[in-house]
Amino acid sequence: MREIWALARKDLRIEARSKVVATQIVPFAMVILVLFGLALDADSRTLRDLAPGLFWVATLFASVLAIQRSIAVETISSTFEALRLSGAPAWKLFAGKALAVAIQLLAIEAVLGLGIVVLYRSSFQDPVLIVTAAVAATIAIASAGSLYGVLAVGMGVRDTILPMLLLPIMMPVLVAATRAFGDGLGTAALNGWTWTGLLGLLAVVYATAGALAYAVVIEDT
Amino acid sequence: MSTALSRPHVASTSSKLTLVLGVASLLGLAVLLVFSFVLTDPDQRVFERGADLEPLLTGQGDAVRLLYVHFPVAMVTYIAFTLNAIGSIAVLWKKSTWWDNTAAAAAEVGVLFCGLTLATGSIWGRPIWNTWWKWGDVRLMTTTILFLIFIGYLAYRRTMSDSRVRAKRSAVVGLIGAINIPIVYKSVDWWQNRTLHQQSTLRNRSVEDLTLFTMIFGMVVFMAIFAWLMVHRFRIGWLEHQTETVGLEAAIIERRAQTSAAISDAVTDSRSSAETGSD
Amino acid sequence: MDYLGYLISGWGVVLVAVAVYAFSLLRRGRALTARVPADRRRWMTTDD
Repeated sequence: MREIWALARKDLRIEARSKVVATQIVPFAMVILVLFGLALDADSRTLRDLAPGLFWVATLFASVLAIQRSIAVETISSTFEALRLSGAPAWKLFAGKALAVAIQLLAIEAVLGLGIVVLYRSSFQDPVLIVTAAVAATIAIASAGSLYGVLAVGMGVRDTILPMLLLPIMMPVLVAATRAFGDGLGTAALNGWTWTGLLGLLAVVYATAGALAYAVVIEDT
Repeated sequence: MSTALSRPHVASTSSKLTLVLGVASLLGLAVLLVFSFVLTDPDQRVFERGADLEPLLTGQGDAVRLLYVHFPVAMVTYIAFTLNAIGSIAVLWKKSTWWDNTAAAAAEVGVLFCGLTLATGSIWGRPIWNTWWKWGDVRLMTTTILFLIFIGYLAYRRTMSDSRVRAKRSAVVGLIGAINIPIVYKSVDWWQNRTLHQQSTLRNRSVEDLTLFTMIFGMVVFMAIFAWLMVHRFRIGWLEHQTETVGLEAAIIERRAQTSAAISDAVTDSRSSAETGSD
Repeated sequence: MDYLGYLISGWGVVLVAVAVYAFSLLRRGRALTARVPADRRRWMTTDD
């Protein structure tokens, strides 16, 4: 556990110094919210009803960038090699990378949450549900994303292939997270906890798949 | 060797096997067309009001003839992607080139048939559902996402040139795609909790014998077409692998020749220097 | 026959797409075969 946290902290420290997420990816997510608002040309009631979906689409787009950044950090200084030689088992490397991505995604989501309250007039009617659903969805996205990120390493074209690998896989997460938020934001009459349960299941599936596959994938990055 | 050279036809990926499969496919297709358009009757069933989730109260009429191609194509799609998953497992398990090649071929043919499943389903849906597209239909959504996942898979394969790395990584991507299918199915099922699709038409007794026969015969015909495409696509993959290794071996031989020349040079050099040194 | 336009386009798209793909496979196969020595083409050297 300590090794995982040490790995995650390494990435978070790099972010604290470079501020790529804070100055580029978070503003990008806000730009998406504004774009939706302008493109849909909708009254505030419509935007409020659409807020759960728009929130998660914005999060998914931002997550592609966050994952690319998480991998770029390793390839720029070719630290994957060093990490591999450190002798830590592959699943711990995976968990560390995914944890760092998840923490950054949660920060992005917090800002986006503020964004939909201000811009779309959403109201957090069930904060516990919203936070639980967001955490579960974030673990799912960060896990799948960290695996696909490393799958796309070392091929020159990685910036273009990652979204096409990641986003189709993330559709169940999008559906479940949108439904859960629909309940939590009071825009849809359904049971958000059922969907949060599905999100939890997805988080477990992708985290397990990532932990198992990382060893296979990382040996020749 | 001599038999290969004495073959009269142009060198290709064809063989007796594909010839038989090809002829059988074409004949079967002709028979299938006769069954689908001439021998079977239009669907004139009358449903009890509300007995089915279908929006129809009467049968589909002649539109049912589209299902004679839609259903087999859809079945081949699922068989192809299943084959891809099996191949992916085999690659990770045994590092098998043969299975990697099979997985690649199955994915390519599968994407073609998946696209055709969506196209024929959409064309059938326009007169029957009164729309090209129905968000929330479980099978339509699952098939769409399957299509997108495997377009990504094929694109991903193209990004790698090292065949060993490609085999392993593609297997991971293919397997995660396959794991997703039941999840997608379940989540879309919950999402709308209804489907406009034919409710297990094959199981209830309302399907007439000839309709059922045509469906199953269509599946057999499209399985033959699938097999023909798979064999050719597999051989292409195999040839590509050969060209890679032939190129590699040629490079190695050339390199070896250079090295041995360099060594003999070095040896003669050292000899001459030794001779001069002894002087 | 009702829905004739839909029937023709549905069957047509399948038959045309499969035929185009089949021919493209044959062409790719021919081009590649020419670049590989005969002893490496298994299906041609076996007496099937």
